[in-house]
Amino acid sequence: MFLASAKKLRSFGIIGMNQRNFGLISRYNPRHLYPLVDDKLKTKLLAQKAGITVPKLLGTLQYQHDVRLLKEILRPYDQFVIKPVKGSGGKGILVITEHDHNLYFKPSSDAIQLADIERHVSNILSGLHSLGGKPDTVMIESLIQLDPVFSDYSYEGIPDIRIIVLKGYPIMAMLRLTTHASDGKANLHQGAVGVGIDIGTGNALHAVQYGETVSHHPDTRKTFSELAIPHWDKLLQLAAACYEMTGLGYLGADLVLDRDQGPMIIELNARPGLSIQVANYAGLAPRVAIIEALNTIDPDPQLRAAFSKQQFSVDSGIHPPRLLHTRSGDPKP
Amino acid sequence: MYAKLRLYILVTLIMGLGIGLILYKHFALGFPLLPDDKKSVWTIEAKIDFTARGDPIIVSFALPQETPNTVFIEEDFASPDYGFSELTSPTGRRAQWSKRAASGSQTAYYRLSIYEIDPITTPPITADLPPEPVKPEFDEVHKTAAITLLDQVRSKSANTEIFTRELITTLNSSAPSQNQSLLLNEQSSEDYKTHLIINLLALEGISARIVRGLYLEDGRRRQSLTNFVEVYIGSQWLLFNQKSGDRGKPENFLVWQRGDQSLLDVVGGKNSQISFSIIKNVHSTRNLVVRDSMNKQAGLVDFSIYSLPIEQQNAFKMILLLPIGALIVVIMRLLIGIRTSGTFMPILIALALIQTTLLTGIIIFLTVVGTGLLIRSYLSRLNLLFVARISAVIIVVIAIIASISIISNKLGIDQAMTVTFFPMIILSWTIERMSVLWEEDGPREVFIQGGGSLLTAVIAYLFMTNRTIEYLTFNFPELMLVNLALILILGQYTGYRLSELYRFHSLERRDVSGKR
Repeated sequence: MFLASAKKLRSFGIIGMNQRNFGLISRYNPRHLYPLVDDKLKTKLLAQKAGITVPKLLGTLQYQHDVRLLKEILRPYDQFVIKPVKGSGGKGILVITEHDHNLYFKPSSDAIQLADIERHVSNILSGLHSLGGKPDTVMIESLIQLDPVFSDYSYEGIPDIRIIVLKGYPIMAMLRLTTHASDGKANLHQGAVGVGIDIGTGNALHAVQYGETVSHHPDTRKTFSELAIPHWDKLLQLAAACYEMTGLGYLGADLVLDRDQGPMIIELNARPGLSIQVANYAGLAPRVAIIEALNTIDPDPQLRAAFSKQQFSVDSGIHPPRLLHTRSGDPKP
Repeated sequence: MYAKLRLYILVTLIMGLGIGLILYKHFALGFPLLPDDKKSVWTIEAKIDFTARGDPIIVSFALPQETPNTVFIEEDFASPDYGFSELTSPTGRRAQWSKRAASGSQTAYYRLSIYEIDPITTPPITADLPPEPVKPEFDEVHKTAAITLLDQVRSKSANTEIFTRELITTLNSSAPSQNQSLLLNEQSSEDYKTHLIINLLALEGISARIVRGLYLEDGRRRQSLTNFVEVYIGSQWLLFNQKSGDRGKPENFLVWQRGDQSLLDVVGGKNSQISFSIIKNVHSTRNLVVRDSMNKQAGLVDFSIYSLPIEQQNAFKMILLLPIGALIVVIMRLLIGIRTSGTFMPILIALALIQTTLLTGIIIFLTVVGTGLLIRSYLSRLNLLFVARISAVIIVVIAIIASISIISNKLGIDQAMTVTFFPMIILSWTIERMSVLWEEDGPREVFIQGGGSLLTAVIAYLFMTNRTIEYLTFNFPELMLVNLALILILGQYTGYRLSELYRFHSLERRDVSGKR
């Protein structure tokens, strides 16, 4: 069977694109708040003001003639990330991990020259990666250092953690692992592995690549059953705090674990995708219903995170039986 | 919930208005719902011949009257050097030709084009009670014969209608009795018989009048009018065929004149003769209705696209198809979940396909985009600013299009010359975006989105070139309201897209195994 029955999907509480656009995004996200998250520079400043750790800003470029300054800005750094401020879906992000004389090296150890970086920056400024082709700004950030916890689960890139936050309550989480196929990018469309994460514990639940179940990382061959995310409470609290920060009722917070600085927010998204449901093997609808049934919203992000932890833990029983439990010779229920 | 209710009310209103206008145009104005609806148009030519004696001449000729089920398209009067006027009186319209002096044989022409329609309701032709008929003067012998005949007929009939029919059949019977032969006389000309019937009915106290009309048959020449008898029964006039006694107007029969006035009067001439010739043409109902409604200044048609010059009408023919394309895009994206490059680019491709025909169009599109992508990949190595690069792509696209035109012309492939109908800026933009997509998301995404765009364009093309849809959108612009209502409803659709049933299909499978 190539097609699922709509009835079954509905009974699992799977939310479709139309339902997401209509029932979540347009209901909870007022249009005028979009610039706060669509403009990564604004998000970064907001987060800093709220005391949330973000990658360090090394410099920005706003005009084409600034491109000449690029060499000066980059001189002190060996590692950096170049991003379009208004890019979406990870487009236009250039990661440099090594600098040797005239050559800059990408995580895949492809070497490029300064001229190539300048062209990339120029493209971003012209609006190639921004919505509607509007002129854009370039920001240069410090490179995030891979936390050793993920070193066995990641290939040429930094995994990030996507947490869906509804009205300030984290409701679903997913770890996105870079692979060779995804070219070091944490983008599921391009072949990154999505690992559903138990909100209650931070443990891996189930993993997919290209929409199909996988049990171990395709490049490092490490099984996911032993994967547990450290600092989980902190990550949940950071995500929950994004609600106060932006005012968006439905958002996707992208967080990373830095080896030295711990959990930090790299990006917020007002239109988070739906693949997280596949990675979690669970629908969003029942969790949305629980949050929507709440009469009051707790003003404290820590308490909200605690509520979510207790509500959406896999063991709390609102989920179908866990796949990892029924696998590898466990007694069948 | 309130907002939802408001939307549904709005949708119902728009939908109702749209459908209402369509139904009004169809039933009240007679617009056909299908493009192939045809009607026969009868062109009747009356030729009046007479010999002038050199005196002043007045020719007066009775003209037919428009009725609810016949529409006159046009009337022509022709006669060299004659003054002409059209007179309307309670007894009917008459044409009048006049001249100070003429001699020799003279001819006047009258030409009429008509078609028949079926009005929604045939209004009953009620008429005021005519005056009591004057008892006709018969001499003694004829009177006896008439009374005997009437007694005989009356005994066989129950009401006026049957009486009339019985009287006519008796007079027409192949084995006439003595009375009938006497009444009909030897000289039983058409007119004589008509008047006899009217007189006999008058003797019985029934009002009747003569009706002259023309049987419409294609290619007939030298026809003359046929007499019918109209009898006043129960507050309306009923038509009877005086040869058979059948009631009602036969099919393809045009009533020319009612009442006793002469059909043709010629003052100052002799040997006057009149003959009719009839030709049938088949016309598209839509053209006839549009012309008729324009003549009558029906508001809906008078203030419509039809009032524009033909050139603008043709432009609108295209423009009015766009909503259909938009609907297809909405369906493809919201219900099917096909990803396209650029939201409405498929419509523009579909418009180009209409000009180029399907297969040629697709081949040209693939050639242009493919070649463009190749050249674009070279341009990306030249390190250009974005705006300059897309401008360069535009020039490249134009160059490709020009070469395709020239090469195909040399090879004698005429269809490929239509390449110029493709929107070049849009093509360039498509190439640029696909090229970026290729670099960032790989060729797979390019094929998904490019294929999605092309598929949507082809489906939109198939709908937009459908003859019936083309006809309906142009002749019923109200359809746009229905379309709008549908799109508003689709905008509320929160169910799964077809593509999501595939996207999430692994969830279903695992659930089944998990439960086992």
